[in-house]
Amino acid sequence: MIELENVAYSYGGGELLSDVSVKLAPGSFYFLTGPSGAGKTTLLKLCYGALLPTAGHVRLFDNDVRGLNRDDIAMVRRKVGVVHQDVQFLDHLPVADNVALPLTVSGRHAEAAGPDLGELLSWVGLTNRAHALPPELSGGERQRAALARAVIMSPDVVLADEPTGNVDWEMSQRLLRLLLELNKMGKTVLIATHDLSLIRAAKSEVQARVLRISNRRVQLAGADL
Amino acid sequence: MRQLRTLLQNLFAGDKQADRVVPPSGFTAQLTLFAAAAMAFLAVFALALSLASGRLATRWGDELARTSTIRIVAPDGQRATQTEAALRVLQTTAGVQSARALTDDEQQALLTPWFGGNISLDDLPVPRLIEVIEAENGFDAAGLRLRLSAEVPAAFLDDHTRWRAPLVQAANRLRLLGWVAIVLIAAAVAAIITLAANAALSANAQVIAVLRLVGATDHYIADAFIRRFTIRAFLGATTGMIAGLLAVLLLPSAADEAGFLTGLGFQGASWLVPLLIPILAAGVALIATRFAARKALEALR
Repeated sequence: MIELENVAYSYGGGELLSDVSVKLAPGSFYFLTGPSGAGKTTLLKLCYGALLPTAGHVRLFDNDVRGLNRDDIAMVRRKVGVVHQDVQFLDHLPVADNVALPLTVSGRHAEAAGPDLGELLSWVGLTNRAHALPPELSGGERQRAALARAVIMSPDVVLADEPTGNVDWEMSQRLLRLLLELNKMGKTVLIATHDLSLIRAAKSEVQARVLRISNRRVQLAGADL
Repeated sequence: MRQLRTLLQNLFAGDKQADRVVPPSGFTAQLTLFAAAAMAFLAVFALALSLASGRLATRWGDELARTSTIRIVAPDGQRATQTEAALRVLQTTAGVQSARALTDDEQQALLTPWFGGNISLDDLPVPRLIEVIEAENGFDAAGLRLRLSAEVPAAFLDDHTRWRAPLVQAANRLRLLGWVAIVLIAAAVAAIITLAANAALSANAQVIAVLRLVGATDHYIADAFIRRFTIRAFLGATTGMIAGLLAVLLLPSAADEAGFLTGLGFQGASWLVPLLIPILAAGVALIATRFAARKALEALR
């Protein structure tokens, strides 16, 4: 599915990640943790082809990312749902159109206007905000809309970068429940976060593996979390 | 060919959803429309100049090539005799279709622009002119000159070669200038649209990032911009072309007295030629935006 083998990534003359090997197993739930600036976002970007490794291999659905052109990467992204901390939307389009954007760019216009979209908006609790513009949404609503957009193509993997970074505790629990539901549906979920309370809350409900970035390397965290 | 058909289908059938993903951008839209309209307006005049020069070159080339003039420079008493002798020579010259001496009225009409209408030919040492119309194959000018010098010493043949060639050349140069102007206008449209497309792509870097995040291909993103700029260029050029045609229509009509400039315009089927300008502008916009989009998307990797 997604596999990083001895991956290194350098930026601005310094090495941010070194000798990282991670293989995401289908249907698993992962947390990626580490201090701010440790390279969590970079690792996530390597996982969906937004960045290329400076050494080692990144395999996305059995294809080495270096052998993929930009259109191939675009196809990969249709199989990987991504939620960013700084959620990006097209501010001139209403929420429903933003959520349906992956279908639109794939040419699946009928589905983009179909009943599944309504169900998805209902699942994330945004039915009554479907026609609002993104700048009119609260932080929690934006994160939920981003999550809906990330899963509308029914991807195999969902990558979330600090999805609860800008929301209160109640909203972060709500988002976590949505991500846990996705995992129960068989999706692989990887959440990058420095919020240990979120990890503890999740571990009571799911067999989550915790990857910690420390000294540029990724290691499986122990039971101390 | 198949690619071209697909391209045109995508362009004109469009994808309303895809068009919406790029936010409307007022400034670049107005700039593109205005530039395309202004350039199309100028292109109509360049085209009119080119076509009018072409007609002029053809007319001068054809008409003057088939006519010659013989001047009878003789004292009053011998002018009529020499004229008749020259006409007799011409009647027996192979390649001459017809020849006739101009009447006094016709000669006076030729002099009127310079001396006014109140002159009498009797007061001026004006030679008698004979108009010679050549047959299809033309005549041997050198042979005719020899015969005239032997039989009609007062007759001098002018086959217009001396001044016809520079006139035709000038008209051809003018025509070339018109086409060069059209090419320059197309290049200017390409440059303006490339700049506008670059500005739009830069202003929409965030939009492009979002589209890439959700799996849009570069082709999809580029097409959204290409369609927009191509349609704007087409609409702007159509407006400019219509304004240009109206301006050409309002020019004074061609008349013999008015000379070349009033003949600037279109005749017959050539009125349809400006219809190509919006299509050309759309084609230029399509190529320019595609080029700009490719470069910008490469840079925004």
